[in-house]
Amino acid sequence: MIRELVCINCPVGCRLRVELEGEQVVSVSGNRCKRGESYGREECLDPRRTVTALARVSGSSRPLPVKTSRPVPKQKVMDCAAAAAGLTVQPPVEIGQVVLKNVAGTGADLLATDSAE
Amino acid sequence: MRQVDIAVVGGGSAGLAAAIAAKEAGAREVLVLEREDELGGILRQCIHNGFGLHRFKEELTGPEYASRYIAKARELGVEHMTGVTVLELGEGRTITAVGENGLIKLRAGAVVLATGCRERPRGALATPGTRPAGVYTAGAAQKLMNIGGFLPGRHVVILGSGDIGLIMARRFTLQGAKVEAVAEIMPYSSGLARNIAQCLDDFGIPLLLSHTVVDIKGRERVESVTIAEVDRNRKPIPGTEREIACDTLLLSVGLIPENELARAAGIELCPSTGGAAVDDSLETSMPGVFACGNALHVHDLVDNVSAESERAGRSAARFLLCGRREGRRAHLLQGEGVSGLVPQNLLLPAKEEVKLMFRPKKPLENAVFSVLCGGEELLRKNLPHALPGEMAEVVLPASLLPGEPRELTARLVGEEVL
Ligand SMILES: Cc1cc2nc3c(=O)[nH]c(=O)nc-3n(C[C@H](O)[C@H](O)[C@H](O)COP(=O)(O)OP(=O)(O)OC[C@H]3O[C@@H](n4cnc5c(N)ncnc54)[C@H](O)[C@@H]3O)c2cc1C
Ligand code: SF4
Repeated sequence: MIRELVCINCPVGCRLRVELEGEQVVSVSGNRCKRGESYGREECLDPRRTVTALARVSGSSRPLPVKTSRPVPKQKVMDCAAAAAGLTVQPPVEIGQVVLKNVAGTGADLLATDSAE
Repeated sequence: MRQVDIAVVGGGSAGLAAAIAAKEAGAREVLVLEREDELGGILRQCIHNGFGLHRFKEELTGPEYASRYIAKARELGVEHMTGVTVLELGEGRTITAVGENGLIKLRAGAVVLATGCRERPRGALATPGTRPAGVYTAGAAQKLMNIGGFLPGRHVVILGSGDIGLIMARRFTLQGAKVEAVAEIMPYSSGLARNIAQCLDDFGIPLLLSHTVVDIKGRERVESVTIAEVDRNRKPIPGTEREIACDTLLLSVGLIPENELARAAGIELCPSTGGAAVDDSLETSMPGVFACGNALHVHDLVDNVSAESERAGRSAARFLLCGRREGRRAHLLQGEGVSGLVPQNLLLPAKEEVKLMFRPKKPLENAVFSVLCGGEELLRKNLPHALPGEMAEVVLPASLLPGEPRELTARLVGEEVL
């Protein structure tokens, strides 16, 4: 089977062709760099995304932007976003600070991507 | 009147990169003037990741990318004033601005215009129907959500497939709203392929190409929009109308450089980019005034904004320290297939390579970009996939350029897709 994908690892957006035999990736083509090859492979076997979302800051209407510390399984994306939305953090927050550990049971943490006072 | 070496108007990614580069190139007093209360520009509200892959070899979010530049600027002693709007750029590079404490007057050795871009307002769209609440430009919705902490709607239709609209389709979905569809009037998307994949396909949001909104219903708040397919001339095809219930319509129909200051100062503007016309050092028609970032032409990638703005900052420092470059300006014209070409002119004889940036007019496969002078082809480059949504860059080595000021033309031909 052939799967056609767009590599999302950089703005070039290479069009990938992944050749699959059952659960095995036989080849990846169309990628302009090595990242594309591993993306094509992973996207077929274990697709993952980094989630960016918003958490609340106690005493402020301005939300705190957060992200997962690493890509999480695609089917957990909505759970991670919901976990962030349900979170209220106490200021001050430093950029890069862990605001929630093991988000939605993924093993990844939620990190602040901005500071809040 | 206060005198500074370099005044940078706008403290977004362009202004910050220009200020840092000017300082590193030897300018002493570099002052950034920013209208908002904090530095960072549009990046502040772009909380998604995908910034800085080229620069930092890492995928950062907008605020993270901005914070690195803000820290660097601080470390180098770049000065800034926030909450200050520049009102006028006058003779002799004088600047009039207004802030909390009233009017500010400055004179600068060189000026960098980095005022970013704005969204095409709804008025520019010929969407009929009533004018209920719930219609937002994509960027305004992004600011409401990511800075204001307010979800503008729960059932959303997006008109236009520009990157901001795609990013917002995902943001709305992640915040628990439902995005019914993205309608694009053209037969191709103006957004990056990766954004279609990760913002629409990931969530099963349909992208309806060759479709537009023909009606908006609702008294106080949007209740539904009607979409229809369009023909080759972008005219709705009768009988293809479909009504979609929703409470929000987002418009993601394009950005235009913000150039009121340049226009009022009598600086020559380019009808194709909407920004100032510049030479290869990014100098505008007003000596010592440079332009970069989205104020010059709308970029897809912040990495390119930073790189271009560093060039503008270095050029400004060179103007300050060495005076205006000598040579004669020659026009660089857009031929077939090319739009938004920057620079619009260049100085000859050339001492350094010239970086050309442009957008293909139409999607092309196996395209060939060439630069012509008289009947002669100076340069030829193959572009396997050329898309209007992706800005292309081609470097023209100085050795290939003519010694005398002669008109050059850039052209792009290839096989049409579709
Ligand atoms: C919504 C959106 C999403 C994007 N997503 C991505 C992405 O995923 N990846 C990526 O690499 N790139 C992305 N980009 C592109 C890139 O981030 C921007 O093009 C870039 O940050 C623009 O920088 P700038 O400094 O030119 O403009 P801006 O950031 O808009 O900065 C201009 C600044 O000038 C100030 N200003 C304007 N007029 C005046 C005045 N008269 N006086 C004082 N100050 C003034 C404004 O307040 C503003 O702060 C995105 C762009 C947008 C708009
Ligand atoms: S394969 Fe490499 S160059 Fe192509 S989109 Fe992926 S990361 Fe970018």
